[in-house]
Amino acid sequence: MNHAITLTVNGVVREVTVPGRRLLSDCLRHDLGLTGTHVGCEHGVCGACTVLLDGEPVRSCLTFAVTVDGHEITTVEGLASGGGLSPVQRAFSECHGLQCGFCTPGFLCTVTAFLRENPAPDHEEVVEAISGNLCRCTGYQNIVKAVHRAAEIQAEEAG
Amino acid sequence: MKPPPFDYHGPVTLDEALGVLAETGPDGKVLAGGQSLIPLLNMRLAAPAHLVDINRLPGLDTIEAGPGGVRVGALARHAAVERSAAAAAVQPLLGQALRLVAHPVIRNRGTVVGSLVHADPSAEMPAVLALLGGSVRLARRGGEREVPAEEFFTGPMESALLPGEMAVSAFFPALPGRSGTAFRELARRHGDYAMAGVAAAVTLDDDFRIAAARVACVSVGPVPVVVDVTAACGPRPAASVDWDAVAAAVLDRIEPEADIHATAEYRRHLTGVLAVRALRDAAREASEDPEASDASDASEASEASEGEEGA
Repeated sequence: MNHAITLTVNGVVREVTVPGRRLLSDCLRHDLGLTGTHVGCEHGVCGACTVLLDGEPVRSCLTFAVTVDGHEITTVEGLASGGGLSPVQRAFSECHGLQCGFCTPGFLCTVTAFLRENPAPDHEEVVEAISGNLCRCTGYQNIVKAVHRAAEIQAEEAG
Repeated sequence: MKPPPFDYHGPVTLDEALGVLAETGPDGKVLAGGQSLIPLLNMRLAAPAHLVDINRLPGLDTIEAGPGGVRVGALARHAAVERSAAAAAVQPLLGQALRLVAHPVIRNRGTVVGSLVHADPSAEMPAVLALLGGSVRLARRGGEREVPAEEFFTGPMESALLPGEMAVSAFFPALPGRSGTAFRELARRHGDYAMAGVAAAVTLDDDFRIAAARVACVSVGPVPVVVDVTAACGPRPAASVDWDAVAAAVLDRIEPEADIHATAEYRRHLTGVLAVRALRDAAREASEDPEASDASDASEASEASEGEEGA
């Protein structure tokens, strides 16, 4: 049985009809064509599918699309406003916080929400914040640097 | 992989949800945060015919902290309970344990009551409920019952929840004045299920000697293993306790099994070490309890309200 749902994705109201078992990750990618959200493990370990649900980071592979009917979703495609990159995206670019890029959308969503809550984190807090996102290329060092750099950029822009 | 097909139900009232659960019986499964259930579905380890999504039910995302303890509603997310200053003031073990549950992002969605119903013997929250002697409130069409922790956990991933029932809240009692708690665990990777872990609660007497001490051990049995170590600890101050004897008393009561993460012997070793660390942390916290003398008055009042909570 299919369900007609309405999601506000990156500020745009989208109506879509999905079976009950459609994961939010698959709804975004297949039904709405937003392939920026990546699907890795599909059991909540890798963090590649992380999106923001009403501003809070969640695993889209551990969420049914029908459950979040009426809610707001932000994907990696919606992190930047205008034509440029968001502060977190710029920091990842500057610090070489990615290689193959598969895990990057999940990191960007996780870090964006984290810095909103904790704008000046210490090293331990950064490591804990990204502990639920796996990267098999970078060894994390540049990702950690990128998080600190993103905090700097945001502080500069706010000041 | 993708979840197997199921009939989805999205009730908007508790009565409606209980009605669907009554009609679907053993084929019905409640979906709350989904952080344990959806992985099971995705890996095809579970295939319920009917999924009852309770996320639209009003009034279940509650965290009620009173002098007797903290009652947590079925839709209170781990992150909300972890951040609740009111809950931490009454029962600090909640926050101490929740910081060890998976990753922050999982905790945004997962629920405390869902963790209890999932009844994983490696998980933190069942151990916390068992250690504190808490309870789970189960509703069904036409009634409800309050099941104490020692009867709630019946086996690995098995609880006293019957077909047609839904867990609506859980109650975590406060401890008497001059008490402390701690949770210590060791996992291969941050956020993984622990190879071994120990929750501890210690209460001191007026002379700062250990008057009561209990631990709950995870990952070393089919359910959380609660061991009362009061006799081995007291009545002595923490500094003069024979901690080797306390560890031995804990190890007498556990029978861990080996798996790919750790041998049985290693789990035993870890449990002994972690039990002593957790108990010493808890004893230190108890000795620093700034409202120790006032809190013992509060605890008498709390027992009365606890009775109400259990009704």
